[in-house]
Amino acid sequence: MSLDKAAVAKIAKLARLKMEPDRQEALASELNRILSFVEELQAVNTDNVQPMTSVAPMKLRHREDAVTDGGKPEAVLKNAPQRQGDFYTVPKVVE
Amino acid sequence: MTIDPDKFTIASALEGLAKKEFTSVELTQGSIKAMQAAKPLNAMITETPEKALEMARAADARRAKGEAGLLEGIPLAIKDLFATQGVLTTAASHILDGFHPEYESTATANLWKQGAVMLGKLNLDEFAMGSSNETSYYGPVVNPWRAKDGTRLVPGGSSGGSAAAVSAGFALGATGTDTGGSIRQPASLCGITGIKPTYGRVSRWGIVAFASSLDQAGPMARTVRDCALMLQAMAGFDPKDSTSVDRPVPDYVANLDGGVKGMRIGIPREYRMDGMDPEIVALWEQGKQWLKEAGAEIVDINLPHTHYALATYYIVAPAEASSNLARYDGVRYGLRVPGKDLTEMYENTRGEGFGREVQRRIMIGTYVLSAGYYDAYYTKAQKVRTLIKKDFEQAFQRVDAILTPTAPNAAFPIGMKNDDPVTMYLNDVFTVPTSLAGLPGMSVPAGLSSGGLPLGLQLIGKPFEESQLLRVGRTLEKAANYTAKPFHWWES
Repeated sequence: MSLDKAAVAKIAKLARLKMEPDRQEALASELNRILSFVEELQAVNTDNVQPMTSVAPMKLRHREDAVTDGGKPEAVLKNAPQRQGDFYTVPKVVE
Repeated sequence: MTIDPDKFTIASALEGLAKKEFTSVELTQGSIKAMQAAKPLNAMITETPEKALEMARAADARRAKGEAGLLEGIPLAIKDLFATQGVLTTAASHILDGFHPEYESTATANLWKQGAVMLGKLNLDEFAMGSSNETSYYGPVVNPWRAKDGTRLVPGGSSGGSAAAVSAGFALGATGTDTGGSIRQPASLCGITGIKPTYGRVSRWGIVAFASSLDQAGPMARTVRDCALMLQAMAGFDPKDSTSVDRPVPDYVANLDGGVKGMRIGIPREYRMDGMDPEIVALWEQGKQWLKEAGAEIVDINLPHTHYALATYYIVAPAEASSNLARYDGVRYGLRVPGKDLTEMYENTRGEGFGREVQRRIMIGTYVLSAGYYDAYYTKAQKVRTLIKKDFEQAFQRVDAILTPTAPNAAFPIGMKNDDPVTMYLNDVFTVPTSLAGLPGMSVPAGLSSGGLPLGLQLIGKPFEESQLLRVGRTLEKAANYTAKPFHWWES
């Protein structure tokens, strides 16, 4: 499996990372190096092996479906890069 | 009067405080002075001297009333991956510019509850991704240890600031986090002790997430006893973390000197690799000898899937990271770089906010989780992870703990391994398998290389058997009698 510049551009798009074209080439070679390194896993026989879903035998706890917190708009919005009243502002999403 | 923290361990400082030989304010003043003198190490991102003195005064007041906690009045430094209320928390990333959390991580809250004092926030690899501390937006941390010719060395990573702060002696202890070896490897490279507890032992709530099925916080300090004390304070059930394990925290200090008589210590054949540094091999042999002389039985064991651990890790960790780091989009906190629409704003913010190593891992993670490749990479890695864990389960039917080297090399020069990501990843070859299996592991300083640099040995324990692990660590520490400290070149 080898990634070219176009594949790198596509992955960057999926990852929402702005990637200058001159960086794509270098990154393609770095990613290919990593991918060829992890390729060795194909040599392991994993027939009838369950993929690990949890490192410890634990059941995910559920909390009671109840309101335990809230009413703190100032705390929630304290770190907002931009806000208007009690809302975050972002560029227009719908026309 | 100020007190030089470099002359103390946590345990000996607690004795001095209890005997009223000095106050926490005096000790903290000494720590602040030493921290400020250590600026050339670049170990701190944010110093909080005023907060430290305020906490020290409160600690002295509590002690005077007879209400001393487990760490009452002890100055610690906190890896900047832990959210600290009202104090800048950056994960060493540009993307968290200006982020002042409105909450405190459970692990640090537990430390403050026991009376510890915060000196500030420590430098690290960006989002804890790195083994040398060179990926930080705030620049590399310099190891207090230097090569004989004066070359500046890396402290290891990602908890490199933590290891440097303790090794340089201005913090008596520090918090670290370990995803693939980020507590143990820097502890080894800086000549200090660090323990990564069992996955679930310390709450991860309020710690910036890297790879959630691997991340675990733990203490880094000068001695095994100090690590035991700090772990005692940090550990415990937390309903706010769904992976936190609900079981009592044993007294880690009580049985520390119980020795290893009758214990069985495993030596995994697969950790002896081709081309391994003969000094590391010799140190490992010495470690075996020490434990044997202390009454343990040495048993050869097999961990057949060891060779595949790094490859597994470099699929699983980036996959989880790419998902965890999706939350950094410039909307709710941190950096925002404008764009013509929402998507462009996301892309610009993330393109500018994340450094190269983080982008590389997000890209790998996005790729291995993408349609068409998910099974070939991610599912395959999760299956191999099952096999790695089974290897350990089988080994632990025969032995009580496992002894290996911590890192394949001593500290190396800044900039030396930057060219190739895979070369850098090899630093974690001995620590990653433990992380994949969720087991507790610790590094104990055991000797110096021919170049005069510290080298550590790693001990791996059964799940939730930190007490036993610490006991083996204490035995190793006693036998190694490691007392070396770096020359304080940064003060001259």
